[in-house]
Amino acid sequence: MSSTNERQTPNGGLTFFAKSQLLSADDVARGLKRMAHEIVERNESLDDVVIIGLQTGGKPFAEKIVELLRDISKSEVPLGMLDVSFYRDDLSLHPVAKSAQTIIDEDLTGKTVILVDDVLYTGRTIRASFNALSDYGRPNAIQLCVMVDRGHRELPIRPDFVGKNLPTSEAEAIVANLEGVWIGEKK
Amino acid sequence: MITSIRGGNLLSLNNVSKEAILEVLDTAESFVEVNKRTIKKVPALKGRVVASLFFEESTRTRLSFETAAKRLSADVLSLAVASSSVKKGESLRDTIATIDALGIDAVVMRHQSSGAALQVSKYVPHVHVLNAGDGQHQHPTQGLLDAFTVRQVLAERRGTSGLESGAELFQGLRVLIVGDIRHSRVARSDIAAYAALGAEVRIAAPGTLLPSSLEGWPVTVVDDFDEALAWADVVGLLRLQKERGTGSFVPGLGEFTQSYGLTLSRQKLLKPSALIMHPGPMNRGVEIDSRVADSSQAIIERQVANGVPVRMAALYLTIAGSSEGSDND
Repeated sequence: MSSTNERQTPNGGLTFFAKSQLLSADDVARGLKRMAHEIVERNESLDDVVIIGLQTGGKPFAEKIVELLRDISKSEVPLGMLDVSFYRDDLSLHPVAKSAQTIIDEDLTGKTVILVDDVLYTGRTIRASFNALSDYGRPNAIQLCVMVDRGHRELPIRPDFVGKNLPTSEAEAIVANLEGVWIGEKK
Repeated sequence: MITSIRGGNLLSLNNVSKEAILEVLDTAESFVEVNKRTIKKVPALKGRVVASLFFEESTRTRLSFETAAKRLSADVLSLAVASSSVKKGESLRDTIATIDALGIDAVVMRHQSSGAALQVSKYVPHVHVLNAGDGQHQHPTQGLLDAFTVRQVLAERRGTSGLESGAELFQGLRVLIVGDIRHSRVARSDIAAYAALGAEVRIAAPGTLLPSSLEGWPVTVVDDFDEALAWADVVGLLRLQKERGTGSFVPGLGEFTQSYGLTLSRQKLLKPSALIMHPGPMNRGVEIDSRVADSSQAIIERQVANGVPVRMAALYLTIAGSSEGSDND
């Protein structure tokens, strides 16, 4: 990303053209650290907490959150990955997303699941993830942690932990990873 | 050349690109996970209707296709041909038209005539057609699941995953296909899949069981079967198809076993790492010795187990995949 302003999006196969960088790698790191502290504050104990990253954009953030929780509370929080391709309600509108591995090794019944994603937009991915999670047990609670909330929700879904609120237009695209957050367009 | 089966049909593996095959294999990797869960079902094809039409008998293909459709939450219309109007002489075209009138999204069809699946795809162009075996022509999902199984086993040995290895493990892989090539749709689909993925394919069979022409086949014919066994990384056996009159193409089953059967003594010629495959159903004691079939080199049961995820991938990509490019945020 540093050498070029073009990148391939992981799923759509579309090319992202960055217009400007909104957050630096340091900003992202600070946001993650703050969210990790908020997670500890919000949940009395981390014993029943499971962090689940949404494939593929949420994966690096989820891994980082687990690392930060280890530093803050000295406890090892289980990490899983969830791919919601097969649970989407817009299969007829969009091409099939390239699926990624789902790795959830434990029964989620009674757990507090913290879903981690890169960008929260329409909320449809999160809705699909609720359906998917219910096939792995009945969590006591699900909390949502996103690096960027860009607005334009189509469903009544609200994040619990937000790295940064970024108002955007629907024509724009956002790319967020550990190196930073960019705004641009997809072609 | 077909570069993706998304939103289309799966009639044959001829002229299907390496990328299209890899897309199915990679999607199937995700479905392996679904099949390991307590709740083995995803809503991907909820409300879609898949008709299963088997004009020829089948155990594993039919069961695994129907299981695959159900695990994707599709509704399955299953036509029992033996007790249907087909027995009263209804034509294929009329049978398809009748089923289509009920409102279906896809047809999974096995038929004794080569080209039947293609024909049906022309009768009902708005329906996705998946060929589950047509005469002596093609059995594409078998070719896909064989390639998937080989990749899975080789990836495990290397301590990696099929998804990560892509087509790399097929580069220069030596595949030997043995037996009744002439009548075998499995051989045709296997050869197409392995060759597209970059493997080197050789075939071994008595002259009478070779196809009348090998023009355009990406294979070489083996002169010395025993030498070829020592060469191979993968040995794919085929069933002697008595229902297609194979019996009259060989002097006797015993003679065939003697010259082309994978007997215990021939198994010793194989590399210890070589894999033995068979699409089933097996004629134990004819093309394969029973003890060979049950040995650790044989991965026949894994082939059967992989039938479900691979067929889920084929159904999912053809039915749910639209070919138009779009964003998927």
